[in-house]
Amino acid sequence: MRLGRSLVASTAIALIASSGAYAQTLTIATVNNGDMIRMQGLSSEFTEATGIELEWVILEENILRQRVTQDIATSGGQFDVMTIGMYEAPIWAERSWLVSLDDLPEEYDINDILPAMRAGLSFEDSLYAAPFYGESSMVMYRTDLMEAAGLEMPEEPTWDDIAAAAEAMTDRDNGINGICMRGRAGWGENMAFITTVANSFGARWFDEDWNAQLDSPEWLEAVTFYNDLIQNYGPSGAANNGFNENLTLFQQGRCGMWIDATVAASFVTNPNDSTVADSVGFALAPNREGLDKRANWLWAWALAIPASTQQQEAAMEFINWATSKEYLELVAEREGWANVPPGSRTSLYENEEYAQVPFADMTLRSINAADPNNPTVDPVPYVGIQFVAIPEWAGIGTSAGQEFSAMVAGQLTPEQALARAQALVTDEMEAAGY
Amino acid sequence: MSTKASRSAARLMLAPAVILLLGWMLVPLTLTLIFSFQRFLPMRGGFQGWVGFENYVRFVTSSAFWPSVQATVVIVGGVLLITVTLGILLAILLDQPMWGQGVVRILVIAPFFVMPTVSGLVWKNMFMDPNNGLLSHLWRFFGADPIIWLSDASMLSIILIVSWQWLPFATLILLTAIQSLDSEQLEAAEMDGAPILSRFWHIILPHLSRAITIVILIQTIFLLAIFAEIFVTTQGSFGTRTLTYLIFQRVLESQNVGLGSAGGIYAVILANIFALFLMRIVGKNLDR
Amino acid sequence: MARTVTTQRKIVTTLVAWGIGLLIFFPILWTILTSFKTEAQAIADPPVWFFFDWTLENYRVVQERSNYSRFLWNSIIIAGGSTLLGMIVAIPAAWSMAFVPSAQTKNILLWMLSTKMLPAVGVLYPIYLIFIQLGLLDTRVGLTIVLMLINLPIMVWMLYTYFKEIPGEILEAARMDGAGLREEILFVLTPMAIPGIASTILLNIILAWNEAFWTLNLTAARAAPLTAFIASYSSPEGLFYAKLSAASTMAIAPILILGWFSQKQLVRGLTFGAVK
Repeated sequence: MRLGRSLVASTAIALIASSGAYAQTLTIATVNNGDMIRMQGLSSEFTEATGIELEWVILEENILRQRVTQDIATSGGQFDVMTIGMYEAPIWAERSWLVSLDDLPEEYDINDILPAMRAGLSFEDSLYAAPFYGESSMVMYRTDLMEAAGLEMPEEPTWDDIAAAAEAMTDRDNGINGICMRGRAGWGENMAFITTVANSFGARWFDEDWNAQLDSPEWLEAVTFYNDLIQNYGPSGAANNGFNENLTLFQQGRCGMWIDATVAASFVTNPNDSTVADSVGFALAPNREGLDKRANWLWAWALAIPASTQQQEAAMEFINWATSKEYLELVAEREGWANVPPGSRTSLYENEEYAQVPFADMTLRSINAADPNNPTVDPVPYVGIQFVAIPEWAGIGTSAGQEFSAMVAGQLTPEQALARAQALVTDEMEAAGY
Repeated sequence: MSTKASRSAARLMLAPAVILLLGWMLVPLTLTLIFSFQRFLPMRGGFQGWVGFENYVRFVTSSAFWPSVQATVVIVGGVLLITVTLGILLAILLDQPMWGQGVVRILVIAPFFVMPTVSGLVWKNMFMDPNNGLLSHLWRFFGADPIIWLSDASMLSIILIVSWQWLPFATLILLTAIQSLDSEQLEAAEMDGAPILSRFWHIILPHLSRAITIVILIQTIFLLAIFAEIFVTTQGSFGTRTLTYLIFQRVLESQNVGLGSAGGIYAVILANIFALFLMRIVGKNLDR
Repeated sequence: MARTVTTQRKIVTTLVAWGIGLLIFFPILWTILTSFKTEAQAIADPPVWFFFDWTLENYRVVQERSNYSRFLWNSIIIAGGSTLLGMIVAIPAAWSMAFVPSAQTKNILLWMLSTKMLPAVGVLYPIYLIFIQLGLLDTRVGLTIVLMLINLPIMVWMLYTYFKEIPGEILEAARMDGAGLREEILFVLTPMAIPGIASTILLNIILAWNEAFWTLNLTAARAAPLTAFIASYSSPEGLFYAKLSAASTMAIAPILILGWFSQKQLVRGLTFGAVK
């Protein structure tokens, strides 16, 4: 047995040694989103310039998250660069699992990163993940359908405006649903959206002593409103629709409105994929009459270096390339300005050519309207708008999300879903020792 | 018949397999057992003290526990029922003389070669999607409202997908068993004018009993562990959270390794109770 | 075939059997067809069947994005390696249990099968930590070992049931002729056991090829097999049915072809002792 083990170990060592023998190779874990796939396509430029080879691990979002979390929590060291979000960055940084990015060279111009993004990806004033693209959420709507209904979408709509527009545009006989929203369970899926709705209705996840608040009247009002909207004017099967399903529906012209990530704007206005490309309008995420919190979130997909990597310098070099101003120009040159990864740098929004892009202004305004440090009407002990930046959130958000998804499927009433979610959240928080 | 020498040789030959499996069982199991008595939260710095049986109590008292056991039983039971019943019928059918038997057999066993992730993704997107799936096109063609498979008929959908994958396995084993059936016996019964149903009931089914137990045993082992099919379709929503999936959520989503490990121990115990029960039957059959 | 069957009945049986066969095969057929369509055709209602402009575009896109040949190669090595390694351990074990049974034989066999009941998710953490210690993460060696271990009980069980059907008298006759243990295995048993061994190998290659938990969780880039390849094509942004179909076809084609060519061998030994 011992012999067997040392044999295995020495074989493994031999394999590792042999892989390190030739040129430096970075392993990069990332999501299978369009912008990242484009980055992979352009990365030969990086290899040519630096001689550093890249290994890509491109996974679906849920699998990616599971893989990188597992790896970072055990210091597995399988990845040299990880794609993480605004939720993970501060938590992992606090655990000293990430390498600080303060050493990025001066020409990287760290101060150019949009302040909201930088704040969300920092811990104790050090940047730990460089935003590859950033997003808020906003309303995307069909200008042609609005016109046909004789309505006009204000730039800063209220929920009442949205409900009225959804009702007017719904035309089930022609397969047009007034509004598409996320319904699929997951902390990064329906809970991201529902939490922003709740915020705008004056609800909050926890009070200042970490007591779950899902039994509050504000939550009930918010969830009931969301449920009515999706039941009356949403597509069938909405309980299974996440970002991608809704994107497909909108591109096929089956949604009058869609409230979701600002990055979607470039997909729905791209005539290659979208049948409604030239009749899409944008508006800020809604608020409730009388309250001034808007239902927009803040998120960034960012590149970070795990502390367990052996190749910090090369990883830093890669991040310097992939999130630089030059990278944005490279994409613009190859694919046009509309396809540049949005929401990361101030200079992009000062660029006159980029200002021509129809959704540029609304994206920036949405991002600026989001404030992760004061996400709710009432004070809360946490940061994060559409998430709660504590390690337990992923578990809580997903199990609660399943209850709300069952509600959208018509299996639970809003009251039941909230009561169950409240019990689940209380359970999990107790288990975590709050 | 065996000499002392061949006995010790036999032991020597058995040893590697036993030692390997013992190691594979004991090492992770021991570690899981140790974790299960700890408050172990990787996201909060890992080990946070010993908590006795707290994780065990918490795991069973959580509102998700019993529904998950129920979901597991329903899925395993449902798939077994479908695959065994259809498997028997298919095996009888394939045993009949026909043209192109080889090709039909190839068509029938094909799903067994499809990896679970692929079959989950294909069924979910290309068949069960309420807007663009083929089944929804079919429903609309007949003027019906498409079924929203994954939420309104979530259990049925999962059972359907998994059954599709395992039907070939059941069919194959049952087919081999049927082919070994003495055809003279059947013919004699046919001559006697015994109706089809009685022939099936009194000759074919008893002959298949052993094969059926084996199909149940082997499939159960694999079905208790199904994960990918749920992960890519419902992600445990709409009542499809099995025990395996619940443990996954505790360990990987909530990152509560202590709690998840306690769940793992429960799963081992439950699976072994089930297995013991099954194996007694199979064990008896083995002696025959 | 001793039974006489009317042609009429044969026609009916044939039609029914073909109908059911095609129905069961249909999802795979549809996936393959879709992989040659454009994304718009893939979701068209009414669906397009055979008459469309067949395109290889999806395969080109998939190939451009992922290094298919490496995933394929890893799958081959891991599935083949774990099966081979497993057979080296399983054949002697099954042989000894079948021909030199003791009072514990049955218990050992059932215990082996029970090790498969360990839920993989429950032991992911321990295994991951052990793999880090041994430097086995993202190596083909590590995955080969794990897959060998999880399939070993099935291999031993299958071989055991098969060996048991070999009549003991033949062995005794061989022994009378003065055959030693080695000769006994090499010249007497092996030829008789080949169908069983062949189908055990085939079944295990299939199981290892399709294993989707450990292969995904213990690899990153270097050792990632086709199960990881497919994980990058599930729900990306925008329409993806055609690309998903192409990737799926690429992932299952090798094993499907192997299975089809060797289905006779697979079927012959796949009895698990079900036949008596």
